[in-house]
Amino acid sequence: MQATKIYSFHGGIHPEENKAQSLRLPLGRPSLPSELILPLGQHIGQSSRPLVKVGDKVLKGETIAINNGFLSSFLHASTSGTISAIEERLIAHPSGLSDLCIILAPDGQDTWTTLEPLNDWQTLSKTDVLAYLSEMGIVGMGGAGFPTQVKLQGAHKKPLSHFIINAAECEPYITADDMLMREKALELILGIEILQHLVEADKVVIGIEDNKPAAIDALTSMIKQRDSKVQVAVVPTKYPSGGEKQLIQLLTGKEVPSGQHPADIGILCHNVGTCVAVYDAITFGKPLISRFTTLTGDALKAPQNVEVLLGTPVSHLLEYADSEPKKLSRLIMGGPMMGFTLNSAAVPIVKTSNCILAASKKELPPPAPEQACIRCGMCEQACPASLLPQQLLWFSKSQEFEKAEHHNLFDCIECGACSYVCPSSIPLVQYYRHSKSSIREAREATVKSDLAKQRFEARKARQDAEAAEKEAKRLARQKATPSKAAEKKKAAPAKAAPTVAAAPAATDESKKLKVDLAIGKSKLKKLQKQLLEAQENEHLEEISNLQLQVTEQEKAVALLEEQLAKTAEAAPTAAEAKVPKPAPAPVNDDIKKAKIDLAIAKAAVKKVEKALKKAEEIQAPEIEAIRQQLKEAQQRADELENALVNPATTIPKTETTAQAAPSSVDADMTKKRKIDLAIAKAGVKKAEKNIQLLKEQGKNESEIEASEWPKKLIEAQEKLAVLEAEDTTDTVAKSQAKAEPEMDLANQIKKEKIAVALAKAQINKLNKRLESAPEDADKINQDIAATEQRLQRAEALLATLIHSQTNTQENR
Amino acid sequence: MFTVLLAIGILVALSLVFGALLGYANVRFRVEGDPIVDQIDALLPQTQCGQCGHPGCRPYAEAIANGEAINHCPPGGQATIQALADLLDVEAIPLDGDHGTETAKRVAVIREDECIGCTKCIQACPVDAILGAAKQMHTVIADECTGCDLCVDPCPVDCIDMVEIGVTAKTWSWDKPQGIAATSLNIIATDRQTEVAH
Amino acid sequence: MALLRITSPHTQRAGRRTAWVMQMVILATIPGIVVQTWLFGWGTLINVMIACITALLCEAAILSLRRRAVAFFLKDYSALLTAVLLGVALPPIVPWWVTVTAVAFAIIFAKQIYGGLGNNPFNPAMVGYAIVLVSFPVPMSQWLGVQSLVSAQDTLTFTQSLQAIFQFLPVVESHALIDAYTMATPLDGFKTKDLLTAEEAFNTVPALHAANLNSWLWVNLAYLVGGLGLLWLRIITWHTPVALLGALLVMSGFFYGVDSANAASPFFHLTTGAAMFGAFFIATDPVSSCTSNRGKLIYGAGIGILIYIIRAWGGYPDGVAFAVLLMNFAAPLIDYYSQPRTYGHQKAKTGLKIGEDN
Repeated sequence: MQATKIYSFHGGIHPEENKAQSLRLPLGRPSLPSELILPLGQHIGQSSRPLVKVGDKVLKGETIAINNGFLSSFLHASTSGTISAIEERLIAHPSGLSDLCIILAPDGQDTWTTLEPLNDWQTLSKTDVLAYLSEMGIVGMGGAGFPTQVKLQGAHKKPLSHFIINAAECEPYITADDMLMREKALELILGIEILQHLVEADKVVIGIEDNKPAAIDALTSMIKQRDSKVQVAVVPTKYPSGGEKQLIQLLTGKEVPSGQHPADIGILCHNVGTCVAVYDAITFGKPLISRFTTLTGDALKAPQNVEVLLGTPVSHLLEYADSEPKKLSRLIMGGPMMGFTLNSAAVPIVKTSNCILAASKKELPPPAPEQACIRCGMCEQACPASLLPQQLLWFSKSQEFEKAEHHNLFDCIECGACSYVCPSSIPLVQYYRHSKSSIREAREATVKSDLAKQRFEARKARQDAEAAEKEAKRLARQKATPSKAAEKKKAAPAKAAPTVAAAPAATDESKKLKVDLAIGKSKLKKLQKQLLEAQENEHLEEISNLQLQVTEQEKAVALLEEQLAKTAEAAPTAAEAKVPKPAPAPVNDDIKKAKIDLAIAKAAVKKVEKALKKAEEIQAPEIEAIRQQLKEAQQRADELENALVNPATTIPKTETTAQAAPSSVDADMTKKRKIDLAIAKAGVKKAEKNIQLLKEQGKNESEIEASEWPKKLIEAQEKLAVLEAEDTTDTVAKSQAKAEPEMDLANQIKKEKIAVALAKAQINKLNKRLESAPEDADKINQDIAATEQRLQRAEALLATLIHSQTNTQENR
Repeated sequence: MFTVLLAIGILVALSLVFGALLGYANVRFRVEGDPIVDQIDALLPQTQCGQCGHPGCRPYAEAIANGEAINHCPPGGQATIQALADLLDVEAIPLDGDHGTETAKRVAVIREDECIGCTKCIQACPVDAILGAAKQMHTVIADECTGCDLCVDPCPVDCIDMVEIGVTAKTWSWDKPQGIAATSLNIIATDRQTEVAH
Repeated sequence: MALLRITSPHTQRAGRRTAWVMQMVILATIPGIVVQTWLFGWGTLINVMIACITALLCEAAILSLRRRAVAFFLKDYSALLTAVLLGVALPPIVPWWVTVTAVAFAIIFAKQIYGGLGNNPFNPAMVGYAIVLVSFPVPMSQWLGVQSLVSAQDTLTFTQSLQAIFQFLPVVESHALIDAYTMATPLDGFKTKDLLTAEEAFNTVPALHAANLNSWLWVNLAYLVGGLGLLWLRIITWHTPVALLGALLVMSGFFYGVDSANAASPFFHLTTGAAMFGAFFIATDPVSSCTSNRGKLIYGAGIGILIYIIRAWGGYPDGVAFAVLLMNFAAPLIDYYSQPRTYGHQKAKTGLKIGEDN
């Protein structure tokens, strides 16, 4: 066996190793915890998809989640038991956030599922073996958790010169791989041989730091014994020689090109833990459900390595290793150089957790305050990627991300060597992480905004095209009509009875009127808006002026509407006179006419209501008159409605248009009611806002009481309640009175649901008000009671409706 | 006399030469379009929300190019104002509150069982991010939604919520460190470490 | 359980803090200060004291004006280091107000105005030195001679030094005192040799007498020792001093070889004036110098070349201060063009072209 030439890499540091503590005790096997927490995202890439439901019984090694896309992995039950929940739990992540986890309550039996080892891996196609490894949930156990099958697949794109097994374990404190090599040297070599069979590299090298003599001995003797071609390359102890890129440089002298993978230069790197997991999976059919983890730190009385089931909470392990909670000041998952702090011990062990470092304050004191960078260059001497950390810091601090990128920020491996040596205690790595994520976010935002722009422009183009098409059609029609009329005139001048002329004339007139009406309405809307603004800003002189204008405009609009209605009336009669229509047509027209009348009447009602509301708001003296108006308008609307409904019902059911009428009436009523409701709600909101405003202005309660607003608020709320109640009762009545077809039932259910939601919202609102205004407690409580009653009614109705719906469905 | 004529002759010749040069440069190096509007447009967040008072981001970019203030874009917030200030070499001013306040990134979500299928929100959406048809339930394509708010008002049943996009473990990132021990008061230029220096 | 939540790494190299770095540099000047005191009397020490007090007062005043934590920043020893470097660089009997002006200018204008430690583009000590050198040429050119050569045949006593520095004596007496103890430095002597050849100058000019040359040799050796200490502690890297001294050696060697009659030997250039002091203590100031190893080589060589140019053809006998300041100007540019090749890249990036791929 020839010795591998060892190269060197730039920089690196020699932190205190602290590895002896955890090697004093033999490998431990903690007992089963009371629950296992298995996060769905234990690897890089898409989270797995759960296969089990809450309450399912699973056996040890059973698949409980499958991969979700290409870059994803499987997940298995670590022991037998019951799935007690699938919910958000704290996960092993620097953010300290929660993510979806499968919670497994062990039954204590630890019963294995039927294992299906892949005995014929040597004869099977490599794709099948890779698929098998994927199903066994094997991911890189060194730290990143890259799905192994994906990495192996990537290794096929180029013939491999080196297959490197990373056993360097350069981080201080961690000895999990060391212990694994001592305990499972044979399994490791066999696993390497399986992987070598899959990748067929020219050279297989285990890279190991010279501070693990026992493991080196175990490996060399095992290799000798098996006469394996695997080589052991001992590298000098220097952090971060265990970094993939650094180890490759140490063992081959080659550098992984920036932005590429080792596979691109014909090198594959795997962690020792992964090799053993591959062996276990292929030979015994055991999926990845446990791993070696180092428990260490001054806050533990019995630091040691353990073989622990995935999903075991850290707190369970701390207890196992006899922790002293008083001494514990920093809980780190991973090593002191690249690990992340946990703010809770409820976090579970996952596939990538190689160490739990429970450090005392003396051991890892809090960092000293950051001082100014004096550009001493110590970081530069330590950087294993030959970066200029001090320049990167400068650009990161001043947010000059382009310059930072130009200085190769993204080649930083975040090893922490620069922060370690920094005499000014600058958290350099955090600056770089922040800059990197800012750059990434900016890139994503650019992509998103570009997309939005694209969609916006596409939409605009579409709308323009539509408008152009319409315009073209209109023009074509305009051309066609006069010429046709002219032709007709020419063809039959004698017959050109006034009736014929009347029809187009009437339509033309109505068209013109409609345009005028639209203009008038938009003007009215504008004025109303202005008025509202003026009211909000309390410009008194403007209010009265605008009010006047609004009334005038309203009158004008009403006039136009009337005229329009008249022409609409005239037009059908004219048409009737001209051509006798088939029998049902007149009824049809009647209905149409009635509908138009009704719509106008309703619009009038609405308008008057609005006026009333406004009048109430500004306490105009003409309130009474407006109320009277409202009553009249309402009456007229009701009459019309009745008129509309009655003839409609008399029409034979075969007539489709007539059939449609009642439902449209219903729809109109709902619409009207909705509008009323909206108005009432706006009134409530307004009153509330004004009260709020008064409060903000520092007026005391009595002053607020003295002002009109509380009273108005209550009034408005009452009105709202009444309207809502009407709405509900009406729906109830309707649903009871009519045996609607199924579609209507569905609609009703929807409506009822809305009613329920509204009632609930109302109760919420009232409760809130109760909190803010305890002095009105009695009144509000009454309201609440009423609303609750309403809610109950609505809910009951909803239940019956749903029931009847299911019945109808079943009957079919 | 000759010197005077010579001087005049030389000046005339020079002016002709330079005139020709300028004319040539005008033709040869003509810039198509209005690049500054494109550059401004590229910095705007493209939410097309209209909070600036313009119908979309590009019209606002054109307005900025014509001298409108750069602080009318609440979705872009201070970051966009800073970027615009850098591009146009003007002072970065705080966001104009009249046009709205900067909020966290949001996305519209339709409470689907309450949707009555009126298509009003579909018509309002500037980026076609709402899917649905008349009398059918509508839904928002979250990835395409710019969080512009424009669909909220048209909804007659108020079933659209603007939901803040929360931080998940995947999108979380480290904060910028606090920096050197310093008080809130910054007196000299280099105290403002966040300012982009040139 | 309130657990600490911070970013990795969670451990730090013990002991080597910024304040420690500054302290070590101050300590490394001790051999030089001892030799200077031994040769030229108490003036150097008194200067250092005045400089330190001024520096601390100025720094504290500006920090409190800037509403910064005064104690926190004073404890980094950077102001003291600037003061010590200025104190030893100024002539030993320079009037107290020259020292105060130099230090105040260094701290207030060269350092704090730019944002304090870490943000100053120029070496504060050299800015202060250059200001007083330009403004007060007479006191700045009065260096003391070794006792065997000056007319008084003695070094100044402590009281005499005080009298000279604080100008307690009447003008005439003061002049007499100063004249009795001062003489030109070797560099000054060589600069003003006029039409004499180098050999004639070394034989006739008192400032170029072997005893005087030896005294400066001692001073330079002392700073060399201090500098080697800093190298050994890995506070500075070898790049800047070696490049500086190497460039000075090459320049002087070349011109000595071309015209040995009028040029001084490389040995003379390396062992007189502020050659070693500049190479190990001034040019290695990390804040204002280049940052990459390659950059440091270029930066150091530039200073070496400029020192020789100023010494040989410039208006001032020594050129360390101006050479350093000139190269401070160039440092950012050199930085941009001397980035190391990053791992995984074919070649080093240069300049600040944004958006290029490499």
